[in-house]
Amino acid sequence: MTRLSTTFAQPRPALVCFITAGDGDTAANLDALVEAGADVIELGMPFTDPMADGPAIQSANLRSLGAGTTTADVLRYATDFRARHPQVPLVLMGYANPMVRRGPEWFAEAAAAAGVDGVICVDIPPEEDDALGPALRAKGIAPIRLATPTTDAARLPQVLEGSQGFLYYVSVAGITGKQQAQIESIEANVARIKQSSDLPVAVGFGVRTPEQAAAIAKVADGVVVGSALVEICGEYGAEAPAKLRELTSALAAAVHGARQEQAA
Amino acid sequence: MNSPNSFRTQPDERGHFGQFGGRYVAETLMPLVLDLEREYRKAQADPAFQAEFDDLLEHYVGRPSPLYFAPRLTEELGGAQVWFKRDELNHTGAHKINNCIGQILLAIRMGKTRIIAETGAGQHGVATATVCARFGLPCVIYMGAEDVKRQSPNVFRMKLLGAEVIPVTSGGATLKDAMNEGLRDWVANVHDTFYIIGTAAGPHPYPEMVRNFQSVIGKEARAQMLARTGRLPDLLVAAIGGGSNALGLFHPFLDDPGVKMLGVEAAGHGLDGDEHAASLLGGSPGVLHGNRTYLLQDEDGQITEGHSISAGLDYPGIGPEHAWLKESGRVDYTAVTDAEALDAFQLLCATEGIIPALEPSHAIAAVKKVAPTMPKDSIILANLCGRGDKDIFTVAERLGVEL
Ligand SMILES: Cc1ncc(COP(=O)(O)O)c(C=O)c1O
Repeated sequence: MTRLSTTFAQPRPALVCFITAGDGDTAANLDALVEAGADVIELGMPFTDPMADGPAIQSANLRSLGAGTTTADVLRYATDFRARHPQVPLVLMGYANPMVRRGPEWFAEAAAAAGVDGVICVDIPPEEDDALGPALRAKGIAPIRLATPTTDAARLPQVLEGSQGFLYYVSVAGITGKQQAQIESIEANVARIKQSSDLPVAVGFGVRTPEQAAAIAKVADGVVVGSALVEICGEYGAEAPAKLRELTSALAAAVHGARQEQAA
Repeated sequence: MNSPNSFRTQPDERGHFGQFGGRYVAETLMPLVLDLEREYRKAQADPAFQAEFDDLLEHYVGRPSPLYFAPRLTEELGGAQVWFKRDELNHTGAHKINNCIGQILLAIRMGKTRIIAETGAGQHGVATATVCARFGLPCVIYMGAEDVKRQSPNVFRMKLLGAEVIPVTSGGATLKDAMNEGLRDWVANVHDTFYIIGTAAGPHPYPEMVRNFQSVIGKEARAQMLARTGRLPDLLVAAIGGGSNALGLFHPFLDDPGVKMLGVEAAGHGLDGDEHAASLLGGSPGVLHGNRTYLLQDEDGQITEGHSISAGLDYPGIGPEHAWLKESGRVDYTAVTDAEALDAFQLLCATEGIIPALEPSHAIAAVKKVAPTMPKDSIILANLCGRGDKDIFTVAERLGVEL
């Protein structure tokens, strides 16, 4: 069992929390997320051109790069996290260019050495994934793919082929940020994906409040929250860990309890 | 690398030019670019589509553009004969309109009702706003806030033409950031929006499609040169931002072994520093904006800002076909500095009575260097891809003249 499969094997849905590496005190922020109940950590690798991200995560990328964050720093955050939290799955999320700059094998090797469990690369679709995906799998790292409302039935098998860890269902056709999808559409799409795959499905994009998270947790295996947490990092600086703890606790309670409420 | 039998059969069915090109986009966009490719293939096979394209180019854009022998510049340089393909005489003043006509016809064919585009110098934005007005479609132009300042006449033109111009403040607030914003808009409005990319870059099929629409330049020039001189030119020269005017000129000649080609990048303040926009000569391969190509980037793969006096060349990437043509050795690439381009700008004004845009001024600067080294019976054909009206403020400032 990998850390990811152990987490998703639990009967309760998982809370997946995203922040951008190097935006504020990363170690303190990550600890706050874990202590408040995050089940999986997604650590964003900053990139100058985050094309799929809305204003909140764009700004986080630029703050991090402005503070001088390098790929070596991101890997160090991962290594240190793994030492402090041996059981919590850690996923790197980012864009192709920083990941392939020194070669996909180099990146897979370095990420594996840092204790990373999975990698989400936003802009390498299955059609172009003949180098990074195989390199990651060879090192025991799960390549986590994205499916979207525009991923139709004909395309879905291609997306699933070679995917590991979990499938990230992007609930809105758009960028990260504030728009929200209708829960009916999320439910139908998650059901559609689950017919074709045994992978756990986590749903993200536009999830901000415990209420939204609870609604999604009823129909999916995991809920991803990003922009709302990243905004806290941007707004509160040194006070961010306390504020992250607050929101994450509420989200965790909502996600973990979603199905009990349903059963009751 | 072994020479292929033909240099004109790229890309392959996955949109790859050798190791370059491809479709590096988020999953949300992937079904769209696949759909775009299918629709483009159908349009290519439809004689009515080609006929409408040709008709608009002739009667709306003003094609064919003249092929012009520049006698005084030739005499001044004292070597090869210098000829120009006069695409600055097109409606809207640059080659950009050729591509916009093709793409808006495709958008209409696909039933799209809203057009978006990115622009750097504003020429592609103006050309897009123009075709949107012509066909009555709403138009949103993303333009880096820095470029909005540098190119205010073009911003006003776009607004006159009915476009909404959205200044982009993220990143360095120039062309690459405008392109990011265009991609973000497209992802969020996939159902009704067509993204008219302005150069031979972006995810497949854009590099191929833009090249094909721009190839009218080279097809005309080849026929015109044969008709006028009975022979083909010895050397083609064109400036390169993303590479569309250069590919438009070069592509129809790629399988003529006697025709050499020179692509001219912007060396800004010089290739020895960081202040340039020469992705091929001063960059390295990577992935940005949907394709694998040469990029200006640091050791971590972060994209660095280009610099050029010319806003239209100030892009940290280059179309993937140029990356392949460079590696295959078929096309040579060089770079000229801001100062050299400015000299060439003035030289063309003084010798030929033509005010060129700062982008083709880079090509003219390269011509100025190579023409004297070539025999007098040889022929250089340079692409005069834009006129300089938009640049007079920049040039005045550089020359210390107050307007
Ligand atoms: C007149 C002119 N030439 C050249 C360019 C550079 O683009 P490309 O390399 O695609 O021709 C631009 C871009 O704005 C332009 O306006």
